[in-house]
Amino acid sequence: MLFKYLFAKNEDIPAGSATIFFGFSSILWFIVGTGLGSFNAAKLAFPDFVTGVEMFAFGHMRQVHVLAVILGWISMAFAMTMMYMTPALGNTKLWSEKLGLWTAFLWNVGLGTGLTLLWCGITSGREYSDLIWPVDLVVIFGVLLPLGINVWMTIAQRRTQGIYITNWFFGACIFMLITTFLVGNSPELFNLTGLTEAYLTFWFAHNVLGLWITPVAAGIAYYVLPKLTGNPLYSHRIGHLHFWSIIAFYSTPASHHLLSAPLPEWLKSFASVEGVLILIPAVAFVANILLTMKGRWSMFVENVETKFTITGVLLAIPLNMQGGFQQTRAINWYIHGTGWIVAHAHLALLGMSSFLEVAAVYFGLQQMMRRKLYSLALANVHYWFFIIGFCTYWISMTIAGLIQGAGKIYEVPYIDVVIAEHPYMIARWVGGTMVFTGNMIWLYNMYMTAREGTLVPKGRYAHELAYER
Amino acid sequence: MAFQNYRWGTAGIGGMFGLSMTITLFFPSFDFRSAESTWVGLDKSMSNGRTIGFSYEDPTVTGQGKPLTVILNKDPKTGATIDPPVRAYVYRPGTPFASPLNHPDNLGPTVKRLSIDKGKIDQAVKAQGAVFTINHADVNGEEWAYAENASVTRGWTVDAALSTAGDANTKYVGRGKSIYIHEGCWWCHTLLPEHTQDWQVFGTPPYLGDFNGEMPTAFGSDRKAPDILHVASRNSSREWMMMHFFNPRLVQPNSIMPRFDYLWGRVDVNGNPIDFSTWRKEYTAYRKGERPYPPEVPEYARNAEIRALIDWVLTSLK
Ligand code: HEC
Ligand code: HEM
Repeated sequence: MLFKYLFAKNEDIPAGSATIFFGFSSILWFIVGTGLGSFNAAKLAFPDFVTGVEMFAFGHMRQVHVLAVILGWISMAFAMTMMYMTPALGNTKLWSEKLGLWTAFLWNVGLGTGLTLLWCGITSGREYSDLIWPVDLVVIFGVLLPLGINVWMTIAQRRTQGIYITNWFFGACIFMLITTFLVGNSPELFNLTGLTEAYLTFWFAHNVLGLWITPVAAGIAYYVLPKLTGNPLYSHRIGHLHFWSIIAFYSTPASHHLLSAPLPEWLKSFASVEGVLILIPAVAFVANILLTMKGRWSMFVENVETKFTITGVLLAIPLNMQGGFQQTRAINWYIHGTGWIVAHAHLALLGMSSFLEVAAVYFGLQQMMRRKLYSLALANVHYWFFIIGFCTYWISMTIAGLIQGAGKIYEVPYIDVVIAEHPYMIARWVGGTMVFTGNMIWLYNMYMTAREGTLVPKGRYAHELAYER
Repeated sequence: MAFQNYRWGTAGIGGMFGLSMTITLFFPSFDFRSAESTWVGLDKSMSNGRTIGFSYEDPTVTGQGKPLTVILNKDPKTGATIDPPVRAYVYRPGTPFASPLNHPDNLGPTVKRLSIDKGKIDQAVKAQGAVFTINHADVNGEEWAYAENASVTRGWTVDAALSTAGDANTKYVGRGKSIYIHEGCWWCHTLLPEHTQDWQVFGTPPYLGDFNGEMPTAFGSDRKAPDILHVASRNSSREWMMMHFFNPRLVQPNSIMPRFDYLWGRVDVNGNPIDFSTWRKEYTAYRKGERPYPPEVPEYARNAEIRALIDWVLTSLK
């Protein structure tokens, strides 16, 4: 339905088209990604589930899950929020709605192609930068750069004096992401080898997580929460402390992922120290958001977007406590390479980050379609499926990781670890499947919103209206 | 508010990120460049070829354009016995050279000097093919491994090396490593025993120079299975590997490793089609206790993917 605008004149495209395109694409990728996740989890619990077919082997599916959720769901949800928050914060229109639509289109096509190739085993063999370099180039120049240009130009065209903290995050993070992609994929482009390649792989992985997924999610919360509650942000200064300390500290500890590889010792020590400093932006963010809620805590219960946002922010507390300390050598040797890390990765991505984006996608789609959410009850079902499913996943994998860690240091025969982990693998599969189910409910809810949601009058916010259902 | 001035802001972001890249990328690059390749590093990179993973010569990541590793117990030129046998890396004409052979800087300063002065690796020509091997030299009382272009130093030709080794001693190591990447084994296994523990069961952690010239290193971050960097020194049985890959539950009933029976391809060693569905039926019957023995695992064809994989495991993961 939105495809007809790809070749329309920019002026003829209704504002919000790019947001809606990105919004629905991201939900679809969320379903694909979590569906693959739950399939993988089933395979780790029951290895003979769909067996002996190359295309459905665990080693062919795992990276497809990871990149579908990171580049499909999370990053597209980010793009979606950029398409409506950046202009709103600059009191202007999106620089080019048409470019936005094309970005969304190319993104879906490029990612679909890249993931299909990965699925067939055509990979660069480098974790998180698994996509082969021709696809990387499409991502950089066909997707990220146009997205960046749209955001930067919209910020430049703003009709407000200052730049709100969210836009600082958006503009800076796209720039750093493009740099990270270029540098991180240079081993494939220039055939760099050995430890340089290993290090750049994790430099890339760390920066994609630390300079894109967590800060942009935080930037989103800085917009959504004041809008929903009507309270101004508690402190812009703390917001800027957060922003600048992210750039200073989060961009350096890449080698804490490689503490057991023979990298230079100074580099590992430096990374461990810088890694603990990540607590500064983390505390700034959590404090700032929670203090913004002052006097409005009832909305945590009543308003579903607030519920998602605050849950995400609360999950940032254990996330950063784990993150800051698990990368010191004193702790890392115990948990490195175990399910603990998998639990932590999902706490960051499925917990903290996804909750914030879900809220922003709920909020933005209603706003841009000018329609009130179809059903609050379904949204609450989504919330509870999501949080219970996530907690099941997180707790079971944390326990599995601790078992694995103990098995590792006492050097018990590995097969005993596999046996001991089995119940937790099943629990993880059940939890993940709940998240997946919740997402399908979400898609239905959003689709019905587009068709039947109550129209929101001009000048009002969707959340100000009462529910009719 | 000073921070509202976006010129200062953008300059600040660029400056800080630039500083961070200087510390985390530029400074370590000196350490990386000075790393001297070990025997392991030379062996891995020369048997892997130019690169594993997507590339011009191997767009499907199935191991095309890779060198062959041969074990020689006779000199291909003179026929004299070599004891103990040596490994040689056979690059047939047109096979792209491993990265350190093209860019000797990747070997580290000393190994580079030895490999060029004594090993003549700079005289190899891709279009003609070449046979490389690893030799040792004494530098100030220390033993160093270096790469040697045996086609020049010893007159070994590609054809002579392959025919001397014969099929049994020709190992598809590079192709096997490609399959390791293609099949995603590294999502469960690591190739990196850790410094702090792991010594007793999984063996010695890798040294600094063990990675020179390897691409991708793919040592894995997430362990759901034993580390296999030294698996062949724990278990060198080809039959065990065969059964284990065909169906890990044949030898380890609680394993969560997937079956890799599809790597056998369509036909077995005698060219007869492999009947997977009958095999599975019989196996299910065995699991239910209706048969005393599991069905036989078919002997794989000479050029099956599984052969390359097992060659890699048993040759490279010592
Ligand atoms: C789903 C995870 C998984 C994948 C994928 C996987 N493995 Fe395994 N592998 C295991 C587990 C668990 C064990 C230990 C139990 C056993 O012996 O089967 C194991 C054992 C092994 C062993 C024996 C290790 C020892 O210490 O005796 C080898 C060799 C091996 N795998 C090689 C491979 C190769 C090669 C591949 C890719 C083609 C692969 N594995 C893919 C999980 C996996
Ligand atoms: C937005 C949601 C999600 C995100 C962003 C996400 C992200 C990730 C990431 C980054 C990894 C790699 C972890 C690592 O290597 O340490 C991973 C692995 C995995 N995820 Fe997810 N995930 C999500 C949802 C799910 C769901 C719903 C399931 C269902 C059970 C799931 C199952 C898995 C499995 C089985 C693995 C492999 C873990 C392993 O290798 O041990 N994920 N995911």
